[in-house]
Amino acid sequence: MEILQGAFHDAISPFALSYVLAAIGLNIHFGYTGLLNFGQAGFVAVGAYAMAVGIASFDIPFVLALLLGILAAVILALILGIPTLKLRGDYLAIVTLAAAEVLRLIFSTSFKDYFHARDGVSGFTATFRSLNPYPDTMTSFATFSRNDLWVMTVGWILVALVCVYLWLLMRSPWGRVLRSIREDEEAVRSLGKNVYWYKMQALILGGVIGAFGGFIGALGLASVQPDSFNADFTFIAFTMLILGGAARILGPVVGAVLFWGALSAIGSLLVQLASGDNPIIPPSMMSTDQASNVRFMVVGLVLMLLMIYRPQGLFGDRKEIALDAR
Amino acid sequence: MQPPSDHRRPRRRRVAPAIAVVVGLLLGLVAWAGVPASAAAPAEGDITFTGTMRNAGEPVPGVEITVTTPDGEEFTGTSDDSGRIQIQVPRVDGEYTVAIDEDTLPDDVGLREGQEAEEKVTPSSLGSVPITFMIGESTRQVQTKWDRVPQLLYQGLLFGIIMAMAALGLSMIFGTTGLTNFSHGELVTFGALIAFLFNSTFGWPFAAAAVVAVVLGGLFGWAQDAGLWRPLRRRGTGLIATMIVSIGLMFFLRNLFQYFTEGRTQNYREYVTPSGYDFLGVTVTTRDLVMAGVSVIAITVVTLALSRTRLGRATRAVADNPALASSTGINVNRVISLVWIVGTALASLAGVFLGFSLGVTFQMGQLVLLLLFAAVTVGGLGSVWGALVGALIIGVLIEMSTLVIPSDLKNAGALMLLIIILLVRPQGLLGRKERVG
Amino acid sequence: MPAESDMTATPSRAAAALADVPREPGAPKPDPIVIADNITRTFGGLRAVSVDHLEIQRGVITALIGPNGAGKTTFFNLLTGFDEPDTGDWSFNGTSLNKVAPHKVARMGMVRTFQLTKVLSKLTVLENMRLGATGQRGEGFLAAPFRALWSGQESANTTRARELLARFKLDAKESDFAGSLSGGQRKLLEMARALMVSPELVMLDEPMAGVNPALKQSLLGHVKSLREDGMTVLFVEHDMDMVRDISDWVVVMAQGKVIAEGPPDSIMSDQRVIDAYLGAHHDTDITQLEDVLEAEGHQALEEDGDNRE
Repeated sequence: MEILQGAFHDAISPFALSYVLAAIGLNIHFGYTGLLNFGQAGFVAVGAYAMAVGIASFDIPFVLALLLGILAAVILALILGIPTLKLRGDYLAIVTLAAAEVLRLIFSTSFKDYFHARDGVSGFTATFRSLNPYPDTMTSFATFSRNDLWVMTVGWILVALVCVYLWLLMRSPWGRVLRSIREDEEAVRSLGKNVYWYKMQALILGGVIGAFGGFIGALGLASVQPDSFNADFTFIAFTMLILGGAARILGPVVGAVLFWGALSAIGSLLVQLASGDNPIIPPSMMSTDQASNVRFMVVGLVLMLLMIYRPQGLFGDRKEIALDAR
Repeated sequence: MQPPSDHRRPRRRRVAPAIAVVVGLLLGLVAWAGVPASAAAPAEGDITFTGTMRNAGEPVPGVEITVTTPDGEEFTGTSDDSGRIQIQVPRVDGEYTVAIDEDTLPDDVGLREGQEAEEKVTPSSLGSVPITFMIGESTRQVQTKWDRVPQLLYQGLLFGIIMAMAALGLSMIFGTTGLTNFSHGELVTFGALIAFLFNSTFGWPFAAAAVVAVVLGGLFGWAQDAGLWRPLRRRGTGLIATMIVSIGLMFFLRNLFQYFTEGRTQNYREYVTPSGYDFLGVTVTTRDLVMAGVSVIAITVVTLALSRTRLGRATRAVADNPALASSTGINVNRVISLVWIVGTALASLAGVFLGFSLGVTFQMGQLVLLLLFAAVTVGGLGSVWGALVGALIIGVLIEMSTLVIPSDLKNAGALMLLIIILLVRPQGLLGRKERVG
Repeated sequence: MPAESDMTATPSRAAAALADVPREPGAPKPDPIVIADNITRTFGGLRAVSVDHLEIQRGVITALIGPNGAGKTTFFNLLTGFDEPDTGDWSFNGTSLNKVAPHKVARMGMVRTFQLTKVLSKLTVLENMRLGATGQRGEGFLAAPFRALWSGQESANTTRARELLARFKLDAKESDFAGSLSGGQRKLLEMARALMVSPELVMLDEPMAGVNPALKQSLLGHVKSLREDGMTVLFVEHDMDMVRDISDWVVVMAQGKVIAEGPPDSIMSDQRVIDAYLGAHHDTDITQLEDVLEAEGHQALEEDGDNRE
């Protein structure tokens, strides 16, 4: 029972929310357009950093800081997209991965007056917290603090709005062009569509939604740290997307919730098995850190097995998903 | 597409030995992890951190080292006239931090390449923990920028030639199967871990441990191909899907390695701090020269084999057009299997050598993978010479870039080069004319 | 194409317009829609295309034939912007197309199909057709979420799509996934979809390859009807029956060059053409030229399949 409670807590927490939004962005890139963006962590990072540094170092208004974060994601998309969207798909994959890593290195080593290296940026949540409508008397609700609750309320409303917006977009002729590009861009080109520009639009849109994930994650943790945006962030978001089903509006949402829920459940299960007077797993075989490794080994295995046996995700329809490579 | 009955049986038969090999390797790792664990007895009292600070054999006095316990308590000690240092701290479960105060080092002495100023240690049950900061002639403050060029060039070439082996493997696998293998970095880690296992844990001589690492690396490659990639090819899994499978494998392996190493960074038992001699303003060590020599030989042998032998030509035929190669009687699966064996053996050897400069850690692969991608892309995806030239360029660039940018940003420079190259010459410096294999 | 209505040529009129054209490579035409000059393209030292001068007459059906590896498809790719030539310039309706992106070429009215059909198999037949329509407001990012802004245009496009589908006898399949169609039906769908772009020049790359004989006749009829509707057709083909049946003019390529031009009958007996095909097949008797041509068609299709991985 405790395990389930913990799993539910983790699955809807602000932390999970930033992954949900990142995975929704990836869904636009990979699920609908077929773009291999392996640097989604970079988009999330620039969103979070632009907002946090804007407020913490330059004291700009909260709304302006959000716009700054969106602008940063748009610029990153343009920088990455212009050289690579005309090339083969794996080039985009490598360049985005490299760019996200460069960003992380810069955030963790340079401009320490603004980025504060590994200590991270903090002190940017005052305005957001002052908007919290929940009564001061309420210190916590269920397992969440008053502040978490406010971040989650905003975050899940944002997720809902983004999903509705994407649903409208994807049933439009615009969405039809994207899905066609995923399948065969030459054919789309031969029909007079500017494929390059559509891919760019998709890259920007998904990147901006990733930046939203950065906002929510930063507000939830009240701090922005470079190492939370490593390549693993992107790969985990990919796993969630594929778990829930790519090219489905709710796929990444379902996938992310399932993923964190399952991860948390496996984690507490392992801890339970390894603790107590007479542990089932002897402590020599598994310390707490190692338990976390085992959890992520499971993540790796799940990603492999899904890709091999159910590329359409747990609930998807195989016919609809275009994961076949060209 | 063959009928299913045609391939189901052989697949199962091949998988069994593949699994056996993997299980065997895992058992080896378990044995290794088990060594310190089984000896772990609840110990009480103090732990002594001891070490001797030496620069090229000469003791270095006055160096301050601080040990921070898992509780956050700090204990500082200073090295005496003979360079010896002892710090006694209470025993607490968990990870200790050992930090060297670089300001207390003499002006001409600094930390060696790859040595961080802070290390994390989890003490064993023994009462003492060695302090292993590698110090040596400083490459930093005393010299002017341009004096450092020859040394950096030398280091860059050394790093490049070692990376070239791993890059060659990555490129060969890409050339013949089209797979952008994200788990290639973990194959590098694999080599280093196996060498460490045999050298430090089992006490074998380093050279023997290196040979074992290469052999097991090749075996690991064969097992991967037979147990995973070949069945995927049979199923007709798309390239992008296969690439994502390789990401899953990367995730799995890295966490597996972290599980067994418990996140520690360790060093081999031998040749860790070789004494160097001066050659035209460059500090050269025999160890480095031997590593460079072995790398050059390995690369030469493989490239010659690709261009001269029948099997090598078959490999190139498969890279050009698998269907055509198959129709001319070449056993495509055998060729690909061989490419995997050679590719992973090369990656393992690179890992064995990189263990000196990077330290033996589960994170090696993560660090190296992006540099390998950079090397292979800069040189030209799928081209043998491209991979070699790209690796050398990246190696030299990384070292040279520390002249102008902070050294902790040096890898970023290489990745920026990758992005710029794609902007101006997407086919890489050497294009695709001479494809791998 | 109301502006071109005066050009609407019956077969005889079309042939008549070409009556005085000299039967030699690069011959000038009375009313060219495409003019190409000095176009070369090399692949790794091999000169795949080297066309000094070529004009395509407006309002007629021109066939482009030649032995395997003659550079026909490469030439197609170059003209439509899918590949870039090393040298050369070419124009469509007097506008230079050098360095013009393929989607712009298509919007100007020069639309192509592919040797290996490129229908979007995960879209329905009707959606494939709708995708072809140009100038859609709903394809703009900002307007897309607001259905009211594009639903009118969409239903107009749907009506037009259904008319075309009916004409190509695909109306019964409109809600099927395009991936479920047979090879011949895919060819039909691709052609119908190209018409959604409202082209002036339709370029068909091997429209008959892989099509079963029953469908061939109706495809032939469709190509002819394009001419009737005032469109210009340029097609690559190996099926000599089709070339003879429907083309008003034939251009022969070999080793990247245009080696002969003329009406179908004179081309079939042209010594240069026979030599070109013989050069590719030493073991073939002259009388088997047509068989060779057909065999080439199959072979080309197979090899193409391999190359695409």
